[in-house]
Amino acid sequence: MEVIKNLRSNRGANLNIKGRAEKILDKTTSSKTFAIKPDDFFGTIPKLLHKEGANLKLGEPIFFSKKNPDIKIVSPVAGIIKSIERGPKRKIEKIIIEASDNQKSVSHSIDNWDKKTRDDLKAILSKSGNWPFIHQRPYGIMANPLETPKAIFVSTVKTDPLEGDMQFILKDKKKKFQLGIDLLNKLVDQNVFLGIEKSFSGYFSSIERVQHYTIQGPHPVGNISFHIQKICPLNMGEVVWTVNAEDVVNLGEFLSTGIFSPLRTVAVSGNSVEQPKYFQTIIGSELKPILKKAGIRNNENRVINGNVLTGSISDLSDYLSYFNNLITVIPEGNDYRMFGWLPFKDNSVMSLSNTSFSRIFNRKGFEVNTNLNGEERALVVTGEMEKFFPFDIYPMQLLKACMVEDIEKMEALGIYEIVPEDFGLVDYANTSKLEAQEVIRQGIELMINEVG
Amino acid sequence: MNFLRRSLDNLKRPFGKGQKFEKFAPAINAFDTFLFVPNHTTKKGAHIRDAVDLKRTMVTVIIALLPVLIYGIYNTGFQYYSQIGSPFTFFEAFIHGAWKVVPMIIVSYVVGLSIEFGFAVYRGHEVNEGYLVTGLLIPMIMPVDIPLWMVGISTAFAVLVAKEAFGGTGMNILNPALTARAFAFFAYPTYMSGNKVWVSEASNVDSISGETILGNLAAGNNITYSMAEMFQGSIPGSIAETSTLWVAVGALILIITGVGSWRIITGGILGAALMGFLFNLWGANALMSFSWINHLIVGGFAFGIVFMATDPVSAAQTIKGKWIYGFLVGIFCIMIRVFNPAYPEGVMLAILLMNVFAPTIDHYVINGNINKRKKRWKTVTENLKTA
Repeated sequence: MEVIKNLRSNRGANLNIKGRAEKILDKTTSSKTFAIKPDDFFGTIPKLLHKEGANLKLGEPIFFSKKNPDIKIVSPVAGIIKSIERGPKRKIEKIIIEASDNQKSVSHSIDNWDKKTRDDLKAILSKSGNWPFIHQRPYGIMANPLETPKAIFVSTVKTDPLEGDMQFILKDKKKKFQLGIDLLNKLVDQNVFLGIEKSFSGYFSSIERVQHYTIQGPHPVGNISFHIQKICPLNMGEVVWTVNAEDVVNLGEFLSTGIFSPLRTVAVSGNSVEQPKYFQTIIGSELKPILKKAGIRNNENRVINGNVLTGSISDLSDYLSYFNNLITVIPEGNDYRMFGWLPFKDNSVMSLSNTSFSRIFNRKGFEVNTNLNGEERALVVTGEMEKFFPFDIYPMQLLKACMVEDIEKMEALGIYEIVPEDFGLVDYANTSKLEAQEVIRQGIELMINEVG
Repeated sequence: MNFLRRSLDNLKRPFGKGQKFEKFAPAINAFDTFLFVPNHTTKKGAHIRDAVDLKRTMVTVIIALLPVLIYGIYNTGFQYYSQIGSPFTFFEAFIHGAWKVVPMIIVSYVVGLSIEFGFAVYRGHEVNEGYLVTGLLIPMIMPVDIPLWMVGISTAFAVLVAKEAFGGTGMNILNPALTARAFAFFAYPTYMSGNKVWVSEASNVDSISGETILGNLAAGNNITYSMAEMFQGSIPGSIAETSTLWVAVGALILIITGVGSWRIITGGILGAALMGFLFNLWGANALMSFSWINHLIVGGFAFGIVFMATDPVSAAQTIKGKWIYGFLVGIFCIMIRVFNPAYPEGVMLAILLMNVFAPTIDHYVINGNINKRKKRWKTVTENLKTA
């Protein structure tokens, strides 16, 4: 294996939170109902194909994207559409499917797939529900099959707090992973890049037909935006595609069976979880049976679909998000702390700032909660965002450009090169309690609407 | 604590949503959040947040200011008693100083915070903590005998014109504390300059000479103070600016906690040292030949560069910009000292000048980043054309 580049940066921080998932894989949970949430496909407007009560096979389309009707989102399970939950303005929030005992599936012909043309392959992937696994930069939305990217990035490294270990999740799936990579190679003229840890073990280094790069440093160095910026920075009008590591295996699985593969391995972690470990499940599973099995401490908890920095708020009755390898449960922090604003007081509260001794006293890890630890204020402190932002971008200036909706400035300052998740640590660490990810998300929505 | 919490919640009830005094909620919230970090939880974005907030940051600055303030209060009495030649204890000197300084601090906080609370209620946002620092800085950089009403008017001018007129905390271009001083300096020059204002009671008692070292130098007189005295700060000057030793302690607190920018401070010291050194080589008058090391430890330079130039809102915001900004503050400070005999203390004007230019510095630093990106785009589009 030849490593083309070692990507490293010291700008960032690893949050030392208690409750990391132990490397035990539980395959025994089963879910009765499943849900697909159109919100998981940022920037996609869903158009339903079925009504409540319809019978579905595994891999049968449920809805398609209004922008490109060829792209189908399919059912991860065979069953009946139990209900369609709608929010304000009749927005579809959840499509809930009750699994049936008889697991029939839709099968696609994938014979000699490696001889097929690129367009044929794209058509099969779109039709079979595999296309949503492929994302594009800029914006981090579903890829457009009509474009050809300048590269495809797959990263097996995640540095987000408590995030699952890809080497463990994909441990026995080398063959399928290689198959998925081969498929991606058919979709791109140039390279498929594969990010691996600097001190790698396992099989990722022996995967063929990819360009390997290694990653070293604290979060958010594992974010794919950082890799793209360092290896082939995005310019206006260019597109790069990204695929999550487990979805590469799902693509490989599809190529060997012809049936849509909705496998999802989730790490259940956080300081409210009694037995943090991994669960083998499928996309859209109920959270309840999984969390029951892992055991939940405390009374008032927040269940997060994703990690503590970028995940979405959820609860026990909710379902696993489409692209999620992590569920975090932490206590709600709705209590008061007397004179808690005094420097060097309350050192049990995690802090990256030197106005607290917390990092000296709590080397073993922190019990975190959802308290805001203050109130939102004007942007006063400067230079703190840069400390946790390894990109060649001025974070505060980009945020301000997004706030005033100055598109030209946003472009010039690098809106194409980042996604909201890259600001997760900025959200966490900034003194003014600014919702940086939300500002960037709105900025990106503006870009999609105005520039496209 | 529970009892306190319950009574606070009761007290806050009429200020709640849809209640009678809803409009005045920011005022009561300011008191509540002073006692308790509120029970607010995250709604959007990251689910966990750092323990640091603006209150903690601002209080850290106040902690860094305390040693300088305490020494300044003591020095006020020390200058007075040692110049009239009567024996005194540390305690007596401190009490003399406290009688002069504490009322100024009270006036500054009462005037400034009233305006801040008023604007918070008017604009419907929470009271920002920035004024806690500004309100302490204003008396610390005034001459000790300035009448209290002048402190009040300067404070009101600074908060209204330098801060709220630009949109409040985080939006101001000039450092509010220095604006207060500049206002007093130009509005009441007889109380803010000359040789009768820098020591307590100098204008009433003839035996007291209230001239600063820089003032003496500008007038062409000789200096009788040793370098140790200059460094320790037992010299005449504005209330809390004299002691480089305790300013250095404050600087250490700011730098270790990361609240103050070490880049601005280092840049400023480098700039001032370089400028001082160049003038030493020239040596045309007393101020020019005044050793560059002494330039760093007399007057308000040390206090200004550590506590005023590092104000993150009015300083440059980019990393490169901070170096340039700090360096230029240092350069201009010494330059104004040497070239302007009517006003031998240059740090106030140097910082205010650079406050105005900080956005320009940032603009060019950021443009560097933008141009790099645009150049990349250009080469790509050209490649596409030729392909």
